[in-house]
Order: sequence, then C-alpha cells, then structure tokens
Amino acid sequence: MSEKTPEKLGAGATVETAAPAARTPPPKPPLSKERRQQARRRVLRTILLTGGVLGAAVSGFLPLAYAQKQRLRPPGALDEKDFLASCIKCGQCVQVCPVDAIKLADLSDGFGVGTPFIDARAQACDFSCDAVQCILACPTGSLTYHKPDFLAVRPGAKLASKPVLLAKEKDAEPTLNLAERIGVARLTRPESCLAVQGKGFKGQARGADFDGELRYMKVDRWKPIKVADHPYDVELCDLCVQACPIKGAITLETGPAKDGSGKTVGIPVVHEPCVGCGVCEMICPTEPASIEIIPGEGWRA
Amino acid sequence: MNKILQRRFVDQILVMFGRESKKPEQITERAQKVHELKRMTNKAELQAAKDAHRAHQEKSHKWRNRRWATLIFANLLFVVSFALDIQILEGALTASRFIGFHLIDLNSALQVMLAHKHIITNLFIGTGTVLVLWILLGGRTFCSWVCPYHLLAEWAEKIHLWLAQKKLVTDQPIDRRLRTVFWLVFALLAVVTGYTVYEAISPTGIVSRALIYGGSVLAMLWVLALLVFEVFFVRRAWCRYACPIGLTYGVVGIVSPLRVKYRLESCFHEGDCRKVCLVPHVLDTVIKGRAVDTEVPIGPDCTRCGLCVDACPTGSLKFEVKGLSKLM
Repeated sequence: MSEKTPEKLGAGATVETAAPAARTPPPKPPLSKERRQQARRRVLRTILLTGGVLGAAVSGFLPLAYAQKQRLRPPGALDEKDFLASCIKCGQCVQVCPVDAIKLADLSDGFGVGTPFIDARAQACDFSCDAVQCILACPTGSLTYHKPDFLAVRPGAKLASKPVLLAKEKDAEPTLNLAERIGVARLTRPESCLAVQGKGFKGQARGADFDGELRYMKVDRWKPIKVADHPYDVELCDLCVQACPIKGAITLETGPAKDGSGKTVGIPVVHEPCVGCGVCEMICPTEPASIEIIPGEGWRA
Repeated sequence: MNKILQRRFVDQILVMFGRESKKPEQITERAQKVHELKRMTNKAELQAAKDAHRAHQEKSHKWRNRRWATLIFANLLFVVSFALDIQILEGALTASRFIGFHLIDLNSALQVMLAHKHIITNLFIGTGTVLVLWILLGGRTFCSWVCPYHLLAEWAEKIHLWLAQKKLVTDQPIDRRLRTVFWLVFALLAVVTGYTVYEAISPTGIVSRALIYGGSVLAMLWVLALLVFEVFFVRRAWCRYACPIGLTYGVVGIVSPLRVKYRLESCFHEGDCRKVCLVPHVLDTVIKGRAVDTEVPIGPDCTRCGLCVDACPTGSLKFEVKGLSKLM
C-alpha cells in the first residue's frame, strides 16, 4: 500500500487530494510552516468573502435607514413591507402593461431591487388594459385583487366602492376590480396650476418630445396613443379632469376670480374614488407638475 | 445499490454541505480487484497505453456546446418573449410563465415564503412544476444549463486560468462549508427581517432581469465585482462557495435519475476531469484507489455540465439515466 495520489492537479486542486493514501491513517505529521500559512490564508479569504457578501446583503437595508421616498407601486400592491416580502422580482407585471408604465427598481432601492414601480410623471397607469392585467400576471400575490384577511390595510386605502372605469362605463361590468388605492392625487403646487390662475392651455400637454401614452376614448377605444399626438386647446385648463380614467375622481370647481378681475378661475378637486393611478400628474402641463400622486397615501375627507 | 454505494450516497450529500471528501473505508471486492490489477500493470506498458489514448483523444466540446446553446436559448427565449411580445416564456428566472404555466425558481420561492410567511396557490403550483422538472433533470443542472451568471463566470474562469497559467494569479480556495452557512443565514434573514434579502444580491436574478428589462446599472456593478473577484482571487468563488441557489437545487437533485457515471476499469487516472470541474470534490472517486465500486455515480453537487465527460480521454465518465440502461 505505497501508492501516492497520482494527479498533479491544476488550479482546481483542493486540499484533500494531498492526504496520505495508506488505508490505516498514520499519525498526523505536524503541519509545515507553509501549510499552516496556507490554512491561515484560507480562513482569511473565507472571512473576506463572507464579509463581502453579507456586506452587500446588508446594504439592502440602507435605503430603509435613509427612509427613502416611497415609490408608487402598481395597482393592487400590498402595503410596502408586505410587498417587499412577497415580490419575487420577476417583472411579469412589466411585461403585460400596455403603456409600459411599470419599471423595475435598481440596487439603490435596497431590497426593492427588481421590484416594480410606476414613475407617474413619465408614464402613468391609465388602465388601458381595462382589467388590471398586472395583478393577473403576479405569481406571488404581491399585486392582488383580494387581499388576505390577515394582511394590514393602510388607513384610508380602502375604496368606498369599486371604481368605475370611464372607458367601460357603458359595459355590463363597468368597474375595475380594485379594493384599495395605491395613492392619492393632491394639488401640491396650487400656485402654479393654470386653472387656479385662470389660464387656458393650447398645444401638446408635455411638449413634442414626451414619450408618454394615454388612451383617448374619442380617438381609439382600444389603443393608447402618444400624448404628444393629441394637442389640446382649452379656455380654462382642465387637462387633469379630462384625462382622469376613473369616474368621479376629480372635478374642476369654477367661479369668478377673487381679485375682482371678472376672470373665471378653477381648482381641480380630488374626490374619494381617486385610486392614485397618476394620469393627472402625467398630463399636467406645468413644470413641475402642479398635481401629484402621494404614493401609499390614504383618503382623508 | 449495494451497502458500500449506499454509504457513498450518504457521504456525497455530506460532501455537498461542505465536508471534505475522504478516502473510503470500504471498497467492494470487484473494485479492489481492479485497483489491484492497475497497480500490477507494468509502468512502461501503462504509459504507452496512456500515450496512445492521448494521441487519439478527440478534443471534444460536445457537451459544452450543447449546454451553452441551451443556456443561451433559454435566456434568449425570455428576452425575445418580452422584446417581441410573443409570450412564450414571460417573466424572469425568478418566476415565469411558459405558455401560461407558472414556473417559479425554488430558491426565490423559498425566500418569498420565509419572508412573507404566506403561500398563495400560483406560487405553490409554479414551485411544484419546477420541483418535478429539476428532480427529473438533476437539481444543479439548473446551474450549468440555465443560470446566466454561470456562463459569465465560466468565461471569467477562462481568464482566471489563463492568468494562472502565466503565473499572474493563483486560485485561493475557500472553505466549502461557507455555502451551507450562507444558505442558513439568508433563510434566517428572510424570516427575521421579512425581506427577501438574498434576492437583493442574487446575481442569477440580477443578470436575468438585466438581460430582459435592461437598466439596473448598479446591480450589474455588484455582479461585475463578483466576476473580478473570481478572475483575480478565487476561481468560481460564487458558484463554489457562496450561492444558496446551488445548494437548494443540489438538495433537489439528490434523488435525480440523470447523472454522470464513473467507470473504474477504463480510467487511467489522468485527472483531466478534476481540472475542468466546477465542483472537483464530487470527482474524488477518480483518484487512484478511491473508487468504491467498478461503477460509481457522481454525487448531487454535480451540475451535470459535462465538462468532465468532454475532457475524459478514455470515456470513463458518461451521462447516465438511472434505470434506463436496464430498461433498454
């Protein structure tokens, strides 16, 4: 029994191949200095890789620590904490969206890496799909029609009744299967709102270069078109009210200007059916938008 | 399966979890006979036979090429399904639909279930489909035949080996038990924090999403950092010592009928297979005097990549479907 392990192994060699080959192991010879050094280096490398990987993993917590601004999640999303726990980051919701409203987050969003969000200003969810397809596509229930009973509901998130989609108003089933809102529209910059100033609007709502799409019922019931291809001409700006896809979610209250100039001014008023889709924010012609979605916000009367 | 092979079967599971492979305590009589005969062979004759094999060895990349083609095809199917909207394979590697059927990555599903502590039907169905698929095809087959990071790491490995040949870098092995520790740590983190912590750094998910949806520059930088680490410091560090997905699929593949089988009689013990192997500890059986039987199936940590099958000059390593040879 005097054979040796024959192979000279390449870089893939591991330590066990150098073990003595006798069937009954001889007493272990004391480790050489080199061997001990090797072992020590291996321990150090192991610690290095462990530290690196865990460090990277823990970096996921950082955005939480900085309490980053909450993203607007797709319709039917669970509350942020539950959403981050259950989202499997597959992007199937991204794939079904007819207006490409849903994007996936990067590493700067920590554990939100690969999770879907909507940048409403760039492209809002206008329910062109009619049936909230992203919820249908979700394999883990992160986006859901019926939230399980044990999961929390944000105060003010529950909708009083299923929202009526204007595009489907004449259908047998005119509602969207949504129980909760993903946010609420707020007139965050009333001073810049054209209606508040009594101004009208003429031209492309967001300029000629804007890529965002919207479904215009009068143009095509089924196909959304570019906002840039649908110029407006209104005496008093009511673009947010015109564009809103939900029945009764927003109206323009008009009246004479308070400064006594005799001008008619208006103010967009958001009502309870608002689901937080973000179409008003996308269409708002002022820069920055006068009306915005507050993600995750509940309805307050 | 005889007692000795059963023992090796259990042993290989422990080796997958990180134990060093040891010399076997028992070897079947017929294998002992082969070992004995090999020792008695005249050295010059043996060398001549080896040289003859070497001279006639076909440099084959059959399995590697098939594997790369499959891997690229699978990932491309994801990409074109979305890019051209043909809806064949929708989603990403973490979860998808193949013509409507839910497919969900086992490790991702596990992370979600641990973090969310709630299982919905679709998740359950998708996980079941994938579980059956990989039990049949051999768990870690996923790694080398599907995972896009594997391919990137394989190319990085080529650079590493080239640099190693030039003596510019050396492989710095790491303790293999680390992967089991990572698996436990990430499972625990998911339960405790309620976040799918591992998914945030999983290069498999990151690369898959980057291919399909683009973007994610920062996340790809993390993948790049891993690859650089593998080129300059530790050969195949992520796949060998870190990835919990590999361990999850390894466990799934324990009972898999598809595997590589080693035949002792024809082997000259050149060791070519161990040089190309991602997980050389599964090939400990090819070391002279180590095989416990004349035919030894390779353990569950094997990714069925086929590099050893291509590399073996004597055809002693072959793919096999358990039971199929008896049936035919």
